Amino acid sequence: MPGSRLPPLPRRALLAAPALLAAAPARAQAARELLNVSYDPTRELYRDYNAGFAKAWQARTGQAVRVNTSHGGSGRQARSVIDGLAADVVTLALAYDVDAIAERGLIARDWITRLPHNSAPYTSTITFLVRQGNPKGIRDWGDLVKPGIGVITPNPKTSGGARWNYLAAWAWALRQPGGDDRAAEEFLGRLYRNVPVLDTGARGSTTSFVQRGQGDVLLAWENEAHLALQEFAGAKVEIVTPSLSILAEPSVAVVDRNAERRGTRDLAEAYLQGLYAPEGQALAAKHFYRPRDAALLAAHAALFPAMELVTVDGAFGGWGEAQRRHFADGGVFDQLYKPGR
Amino acid sequence: MSERPGIADPAWVRALLAGAALLVGLLLLALPLAVVFAEALRRGWGVATAALADPDTLSAIRLTLLVAAITVPVNLVGGLAAAWCIAKHDFPGRRLLTTLIELPFSVSPVISGLVFVLLFGLQGWFGPWLQARDIQIVFALPGLVLATLFVTFPFVARTVLPLMQEQGRTEEEAAATLGASGWQVFRRVTLPNVQWALLSGVLLCNARAMGEFGAVSVVSGHIRGQTNTVPLHVEILYNEYQFAGAFAVAALLALLGLATLAAKTALERLTGRRLGEGTGDAA
Repeated sequence: MPGSRLPPLPRRALLAAPALLAAAPARAQAARELLNVSYDPTRELYRDYNAGFAKAWQARTGQAVRVNTSHGGSGRQARSVIDGLAADVVTLALAYDVDAIAERGLIARDWITRLPHNSAPYTSTITFLVRQGNPKGIRDWGDLVKPGIGVITPNPKTSGGARWNYLAAWAWALRQPGGDDRAAEEFLGRLYRNVPVLDTGARGSTTSFVQRGQGDVLLAWENEAHLALQEFAGAKVEIVTPSLSILAEPSVAVVDRNAERRGTRDLAEAYLQGLYAPEGQALAAKHFYRPRDAALLAAHAALFPAMELVTVDGAFGGWGEAQRRHFADGGVFDQLYKPGR
Repeated sequence: MSERPGIADPAWVRALLAGAALLVGLLLLALPLAVVFAEALRRGWGVATAALADPDTLSAIRLTLLVAAITVPVNLVGGLAAAWCIAKHDFPGRRLLTTLIELPFSVSPVISGLVFVLLFGLQGWFGPWLQARDIQIVFALPGLVLATLFVTFPFVARTVLPLMQEQGRTEEEAAATLGASGWQVFRRVTLPNVQWALLSGVLLCNARAMGEFGAVSVVSGHIRGQTNTVPLHVEILYNEYQFAGAFAVAALLALLGLATLAAKTALERLTGRRLGEGTGDAA
């Protein structure tokens, strides 16, 4: 209707805003992009690695590359990739989460054999972080179920790290005199009764323990424990190495369907292979992951003490089996953990 | 309003109630806000401004403003249209529409986000169709906009609707009798009558659009520099042990909210009218 008068204020202001903003998000378009969907504790590692990779790739091919990252609980990240988050590579906490993506046809089924060392370029293990001076005298897994000990560990339903914690405790219980599945289940039940809060991810648990001062002992990735010591200079916590733990093999894989669709396969493969190269291994060690390179590992023996490490394949018949039995709905974890007590 | 003789409560009751309300307000609202600003500046201006100048932060700010710039106008039009239909017309399904408008208030934001993943995710109803055409909805801007639209839809409608209902239809009917077309009635009578309530609804809608966390978190994919909005970026910085940075960005978000509030108050002053009047159950 021509000539009609409008209330001037709302209209004009609202029309101007989108026009201004629409122009803003345009970035330099020349760079190729790669999306690495990873889990919580690798933020610092991949921030360093991405910068080095971009530089090396540009030197080799002349192409500028921008590596984007997304971090969160490993299981949740896998779910996002399944739901369409366009990851070119995934670097997750455990093979099971990569398998879950492979089951939906996004990754080739044989992904674990495509790269050396079970497609895990670095390893870690589960260790304890306690308050300075270890006032509660926590030395090994058995101390965690004592009355009055607050144990901080995330929820195994949502967190990869939490599943490693759980399995390491189970493996230890099996090794005790008279240790069998029933005893192990009883032990885990007592352990989780000492857990005041189940965070959804490993980083949330670390923050609960170190920053907010909850609990007496944090079950943590070895790399998270060292990182916490480094990030919180005055944090007054120390690492306790248990007698036995589990070999955690965080898995990496190219997400085939996305890499094909986005034309990033060359980039994605080079990105993962670089993790096995000397620079990648050195960065892993720098960020407190145990490198696969034996000489490098030996050189950091003070950081990575030798300890007995069981594997998921050896002690639990692989992730598929462990997942079905322990963490699936109605599995052992659901039976032994009753929130709210 | 409190000066009407005969109705006013004794002075001590008023003082007590006002004092209690003020105390609660200070403890629950002002104190956390103060903590955010104090934490942001604990390591000095340098750390705070460095966190704000970080490219990922700037990108999060741009994205949040862009999402708000799309959702607010859409909800302005949609909310106004819905309120107008309900207040000025009788039609079957009128009560259903009234209920639907409030649906986002009663659904958890996480569910609101999940709905879009179930619809547009790769495993969702339209997922394969969308991927075949290389259209990305969730884990990209469209998903963020959809989730925010859903969550913020009630604000405009719920602010405008009670005022429209209170004003009734007599002015519109008079205009129609004088020969005005439907569009003329809306533009010259209905809209001017509610314009300030409308603006108040828009400001509230904007504040929520910029601050929404739950629904957006589900559909974001958390790609830094690309699909991270400001509230999500605050969480990321916090998780990266960058506490001062996290609080600096949180303080910026709080400032945006405070600016919205200040704009709303200034408007009330400007017009000399209480915007909230007649819209008591909104917001």
